[in-house]
Amino acid sequence: MHITGHLASGPGFVPPSTSDFNLPPIAGHSDYFTKPIVAVFFSVILISLFFIYSSRKAAVVPSRAQFLGESIYGFVRKDLAQEIIGSGFLQFVPYLFTLFVFVLVNNLFGIIPLIQFPTMSHVAFPYVLAIFTFVIFHAIGIKKQGLGKYLKGIAFLPGVPKAAYILLTPIEIATYFLIRPLTLSLRLFANMFAGHLLLLVFIGGGNYMLHDTHLLMKILSPFSFGFGIVMTFFEFMVQCLQAYIITLLSALFIAGALVDEH
Amino acid sequence: MHGTLNLVGYGLSAIGPAIATGLIFAAYINGVARQPESRNVLQPIAFLGFALAEALALFGLVLAFVLK
Repeated sequence: MHITGHLASGPGFVPPSTSDFNLPPIAGHSDYFTKPIVAVFFSVILISLFFIYSSRKAAVVPSRAQFLGESIYGFVRKDLAQEIIGSGFLQFVPYLFTLFVFVLVNNLFGIIPLIQFPTMSHVAFPYVLAIFTFVIFHAIGIKKQGLGKYLKGIAFLPGVPKAAYILLTPIEIATYFLIRPLTLSLRLFANMFAGHLLLLVFIGGGNYMLHDTHLLMKILSPFSFGFGIVMTFFEFMVQCLQAYIITLLSALFIAGALVDEH
Repeated sequence: MHGTLNLVGYGLSAIGPAIATGLIFAAYINGVARQPESRNVLQPIAFLGFALAEALALFGLVLAFVLK
């Protein structure tokens, strides 16, 4: 909807920018009743309903919904949790599964008609997810090894010459407490942000060309729309991949906190 | 014509992560081609490396918008 705003604003193509992400409230004047917030609540309801429905009448010969639900669960449990965390993985499956499905559905909102806005392109949502993972993997490490031993394991890598600690200790501390949560959230955010921007460029550009007075521009506009469709499929791939990657990294961090030697 | 040089800078900075991503997947494909059964072991490693390399490109993108 916000694409048309550019056309009314005057002659010349205005490329999409960060301001396209600040959507007005859906109704009223509350800053909290915007599309991303509604999308998050909608996604939670959608996910809950789907998994309750798909597992309610679980049978040996699965229905289509049950098969889909179990495939997603099996993928997270077997390919992510079991492969990476190893023994004792079962207690982390609920978190990883929730994370994967929540991010996947919210990412897919970026290309689902009528919603078409990836929730995670607002940086606050990935921040919260990264804080969850951050707290969980540190809590596990402290619980498993004790606070002192855990911090020592982070700050002083074993098997390294003493002089190297001058360089390594600050890097290791920054990695664990700053870079890991930051990259985890910014990666997801920037991917969704860039993807949405890309679609805005092609579809907004096609819209602009179609409304241009030049006949040539009108004729060429389907190419822009066509590329927008191609990019939508590309985005679908990226959205699934990012849901996989954030779950993979969370599992890796948890696995790293579980083993004694870093 | 007007615009911002940030985007030119971002284009240049994206070369590095692009090459890195190419190298990572080249190594992954090589590994799987030589030993197909190693696919399950290599896949998380390849995607982890890809995610790390790609993060740099995306930080550049964010900075291109943030720095005015």
